[in-house]
Amino acid sequence: MPWTTVQVEKLDSFFISGDFTGDRVLTYREALHEAFDQSLARDPRVFIMGEGVDDVAGVFGTTKGLKEKYGADRVFDTPIAENSLTGIAAGAAMAGLRPILIHARMDFLLLSFDQLVNHASKWCYMFGGKVKIPLVVRTISARGWGSGAQHSQCIQGMLMNVPGLKIVAPATPYDAKGLMISAIIDSNPVLFVEHRWLHKTTGHVPEELYSIPIGKGVIRRKGEDITIVAISYMLVEALKAAEKLQEAGISAEVIDPRTLKPLDEQILVESVAKTGRLLITDTGCKTGSVASEIAAVAAEKAFHLLKKPIKRVCCPDTPTPTSDVLEKAFYPNADDIFNEAVKLVRE
Amino acid sequence: MSIVMDDSKLLEMYRTMQLIRLIEQRINDEYKYDEIKTPIHLSIGQEAVAAGVCIHLRKDDYIFGTHRSHSQYIAKGGDIQKMISELYLRKTGCASGRGGSMHLVDPEVGIFGSSAIVGGSIPLGTGTALASKLQKNDRVTVVFFGDGAADEGTFHESLNFAALKKLPVVYVCENNFYAINSHQLSRQVGDNIYKWAQSYGMPGYQIDGNDVLEVFKYAEEAISRCRNGEGPTMIECLTYRWKGHIGTVDDVGEGYRPKEEYDYWVSRCPIKRFSEYLKNKGILTDELIKKIDQEIYDLIDEVFRVAQNSPKPSPDELLDFVYAD
Repeated sequence: MPWTTVQVEKLDSFFISGDFTGDRVLTYREALHEAFDQSLARDPRVFIMGEGVDDVAGVFGTTKGLKEKYGADRVFDTPIAENSLTGIAAGAAMAGLRPILIHARMDFLLLSFDQLVNHASKWCYMFGGKVKIPLVVRTISARGWGSGAQHSQCIQGMLMNVPGLKIVAPATPYDAKGLMISAIIDSNPVLFVEHRWLHKTTGHVPEELYSIPIGKGVIRRKGEDITIVAISYMLVEALKAAEKLQEAGISAEVIDPRTLKPLDEQILVESVAKTGRLLITDTGCKTGSVASEIAAVAAEKAFHLLKKPIKRVCCPDTPTPTSDVLEKAFYPNADDIFNEAVKLVRE
Repeated sequence: MSIVMDDSKLLEMYRTMQLIRLIEQRINDEYKYDEIKTPIHLSIGQEAVAAGVCIHLRKDDYIFGTHRSHSQYIAKGGDIQKMISELYLRKTGCASGRGGSMHLVDPEVGIFGSSAIVGGSIPLGTGTALASKLQKNDRVTVVFFGDGAADEGTFHESLNFAALKKLPVVYVCENNFYAINSHQLSRQVGDNIYKWAQSYGMPGYQIDGNDVLEVFKYAEEAISRCRNGEGPTMIECLTYRWKGHIGTVDDVGEGYRPKEEYDYWVSRCPIKRFSEYLKNKGILTDELIKKIDQEIYDLIDEVFRVAQNSPKPSPDELLDFVYAD
């Protein structure tokens, strides 16, 4: 069993409520699988490519069985050539298809920056809107134990600076399905940022096809004293922290941006207007992170509403260590969010 | 070389080559007025490659090019007015003034853009070829690139993938021996890019890229292999640019390219060679040459006049086209 799987199987299955009411509960990975399955069935232009997408493991189970169901033309393995494969997917998109390219580790995405940044993201603008690239690049941050510096990165912050690229980072099963469908039907390159530790998260997911507007965030928990903006997996930690804060008499509002670019600025400003305090927690390293960008937006648009300086809770600016001791020190968790939130509210 | 084809095709290729030559000469002449505010890379001397390949392509076939792609755009039938308007960065240009000389586009005739990153369009053209295969149509993609692109990973990665999937794509290397000022042999251990293609499992040829009939023949075979589902081919066309890498400068002598080398290639001018061939065959006459030239000059006068008088984009359009609707 791959080591990330070992680690993920040890996690509690965290249930996130409130997205949708119903009695149908899926895990994040099942929701994604359903999004792929239904999209392949619905639209003959959709296909999935990437390293190992048709093997028995099926990218942590999310593409399992799809080749058998839809054929090797629509779900296929690729050579280990991340950059050109990104360009090949972009070319297929230009010709009218809707490719989903999967990088099972976000680290591998770094090899594809030329085709993703120089080409796919710029093509529409550079050619005056004459050519569209409806491309989904799905990338998974594969935090596990001992994954080390090259198998665990969360580099979404770097890509915030790329015009023409949309970035979504769903944290719940409902959002995973809905935003994957939104990414597939969008006419632009969309980076689908996924965190391995979310795969076991459960939540209500309707069986029918639905999409979630790209660029709209959601309030996961209402509160009065402090706004916590939590990205991707950090939502799980933030919700745990908010529960603890409640016990300590602090009412935290938890916001999930869902889309990182374009960012829902309105939901952020409205919440800060209410609480006057802002903590942002991101899965990536601190400098130049998504948290940095959100902090900048708050400083620009909500400075007059803030009672305290903004706080970022992110990974430190160091490569991911492999040692379990150092790894534990590296990753922020609910306790860190709790402690920083208490300081912001009480000090 | 004897090729059986009708005279009209021969004349069409001649006209295309002459069209490329005369348009680029006019661009060269106009550049000093600083109204064409975009880096230009001229293909003068390399016209036979685009002309001999694109004559086989249908309107719905795809091509991709590089920073040096005027010739391919013209040969594929791209809208000349929109091209020149784009060079003048007008709103009416093929890319609405967002692209310039290095980024010409005309999806109506299968020109989906060109990349100014060396080797950058090779995966994209491999991708449209993948689409043809998945969509089960017989559209062919031709990707044009230079010898410099064979230094890049995208060349190797894409050729491997195309051969693996038997994609309908023809890789056409316009080997003019120089990446800016760096000679091929200072960048590669051999002078046989086509052999890489062979090792990736596709036919690879090295041909005289200044002989349009030879280009015609090899391209015809490669494109027909694509249409028949037999997979990709690579054609390395040896050719030579007469102008410097960029702009209107000459870079012969003075420590750049040797004068003897330049003179040798100019003596092998693809247009001169082909027109002599056509004249010997009685297909082309001095009178017809004059007539074709006059038609082209009239067209050029018109498109430059219109371009120079077309509106520029307005500042409030800056953010248009970042995302497609």
